[in-house]
Amino acid sequence: MSEEKYIPKSKLAQWFDSRLPLLTLSHHLQSYPTPKNLNYWWTFGGILTFCLITQIVTGLVLAMHYVAHVDHAFESIEHIMRNVNYGWLIRYVHANGASMFFLAVYIHIFRALFYGSYKSPREVIWIIGLLIYILMMATAFMGYVLPWGQMSFWGATVITNLFSAIPFIGDSITTWLWGGYSVDNPTLNRFYSLHYLLPFLIFGLVVLHIWALHIPGNNNPIGIDVKKNSNETMPFHPYMVMKDIFALLLFITVFLWFVFFAPNVLGHPDNYIEANPLVTPAHIVPEWYLLPFYAILRAIPSKLGGVIFMFASIFILMLLPWLDTSKVRSAIFRPIYKKLFWVLFFVVILLGYLGAKPPEGIYLILSRLATAYYFIHFLVILPLLGRYEKTDPLPQSISDPVLNKPGVLDKFKKVAAEYEGENVGSFK
Amino acid sequence: MAEKIKRKRRDFLFTATYTVGAVGLGSAIWPLVDQMNPDSSVKALSTTEVDVSRLEPGKTITVLWRGKPIFIKRRTSKEIDEASKVDLKDLKDPEKDSDRASNPEWLVMVGVCTHLGCVPLSDKGEYKGWFCPCHGSHYDTSGRIRKGPAPKNLEIPKYEFVDNNTIKIG
Repeated sequence: MSEEKYIPKSKLAQWFDSRLPLLTLSHHLQSYPTPKNLNYWWTFGGILTFCLITQIVTGLVLAMHYVAHVDHAFESIEHIMRNVNYGWLIRYVHANGASMFFLAVYIHIFRALFYGSYKSPREVIWIIGLLIYILMMATAFMGYVLPWGQMSFWGATVITNLFSAIPFIGDSITTWLWGGYSVDNPTLNRFYSLHYLLPFLIFGLVVLHIWALHIPGNNNPIGIDVKKNSNETMPFHPYMVMKDIFALLLFITVFLWFVFFAPNVLGHPDNYIEANPLVTPAHIVPEWYLLPFYAILRAIPSKLGGVIFMFASIFILMLLPWLDTSKVRSAIFRPIYKKLFWVLFFVVILLGYLGAKPPEGIYLILSRLATAYYFIHFLVILPLLGRYEKTDPLPQSISDPVLNKPGVLDKFKKVAAEYEGENVGSFK
Repeated sequence: MAEKIKRKRRDFLFTATYTVGAVGLGSAIWPLVDQMNPDSSVKALSTTEVDVSRLEPGKTITVLWRGKPIFIKRRTSKEIDEASKVDLKDLKDPEKDSDRASNPEWLVMVGVCTHLGCVPLSDKGEYKGWFCPCHGSHYDTSGRIRKGPAPKNLEIPKYEFVDNNTIKIG
């Protein structure tokens, strides 16, 4: 970092900091230079940190009351809801918290797609972010199994059976995952163990994600490189901290609206029926945040093919920094990409809608078209677009587009002229 | 020259050390991996006996074996005819009906869709056999896959008739 060396004021602090530089770290985090034009889409990193901590704290408390056994799991959830003091509140925060976490992460990802935040030199930040996202999906899936309702059981059955599509060793892998010949008590126990572990791995990756971010610094809405510690940047504290807190409060308002007024609207009513290995519910749907991938899985008329395309739809994002050949980061200066970004956004929402519908008739045709477009966007359109798109000229600095707006300079001159009359010195 | 020989010896020592280390690490990790496989108590529950004396022709019962549903269907002669008449060329996973049901009246199958593991519904679907509601796989009256994403026929478990009224599965 190009910051000046920090030396704590007191002798004691100097003594401590030279042995463990926590104060230097704290100073770095506060003075970390951020581009002065960051908009509210940049507040979701802080919001996501809040979501992770909320999930860990509420989860820790729920674990004090939950019983991971097929005969008691469903009952123990009802016990939490009815008997445990504030159990209903803690569980609803945890369950809706998962949805809010994904809402925030999707906004965060689409922000990166729009402003080209994944491009050089931020590829490693992007890939770590995707690893976090994959771990989030695994954690959420295993958490959804724990209440041992019908959707828990059949969701677990369908997802673990995905691995049986692997040629030759698929069946041994599913048996190994289950610890038996079907989803049963051993499966529930290990999912509980892993559901407890993975959030801490996510936490570790979040530290790496932020560390990697602090090397080049934030991208920004116009996507040009910003000189650090110049009049183009502001210290993280208090400027960004205040903006983040304000956005977080608005986010918490939405979060708590769900918790208090519609706590079950994002869940599936069938999960209030205890798991029954003999009866599959008429409609198995995953949680809303996994629906686009579910639609891709079902769009391919072959078992192995569906599984390959579903995983590929996530892993293709890891290659995005190299698939997008355009040197211009922000979509603001890429007229065609800007439109295609919204097409992609719409296609992903459409896939989510189709994932919730039965795989037949028009729904199946549309899911195939949308799946095809999703892959074409990343594999064909982006590599070619970088070569042929005529981008708009980039501004020289963050202040440039603001100051050089037509009329802005005239306004300055007018104000200057007025002051000149009052004889306050000349500033033309 | 002596230097070269020394380096070769050193390379050998390094390679040998890495190899022994890797084998040691691997054998230390294996118990941690294998503990997730089915344990002895799970394996012990390997057979189930079912009394089928009260099952009427055309009806299916579902029993649990190793945590999985097993369909036992007493087929009508019409259903047996339909199943045996099918041309093997029309099948995705060709199998003769006589190979699937040694006693044609009784069809014993694992009631788990070979696609992603849901339980198909009996006497439903385009082939009047089984239909899986999850992703739309159709099975015929012999439990063979006819349409939809499932790759294989419904699995036939190991079973035998202990006497005229009892089937032992497993």
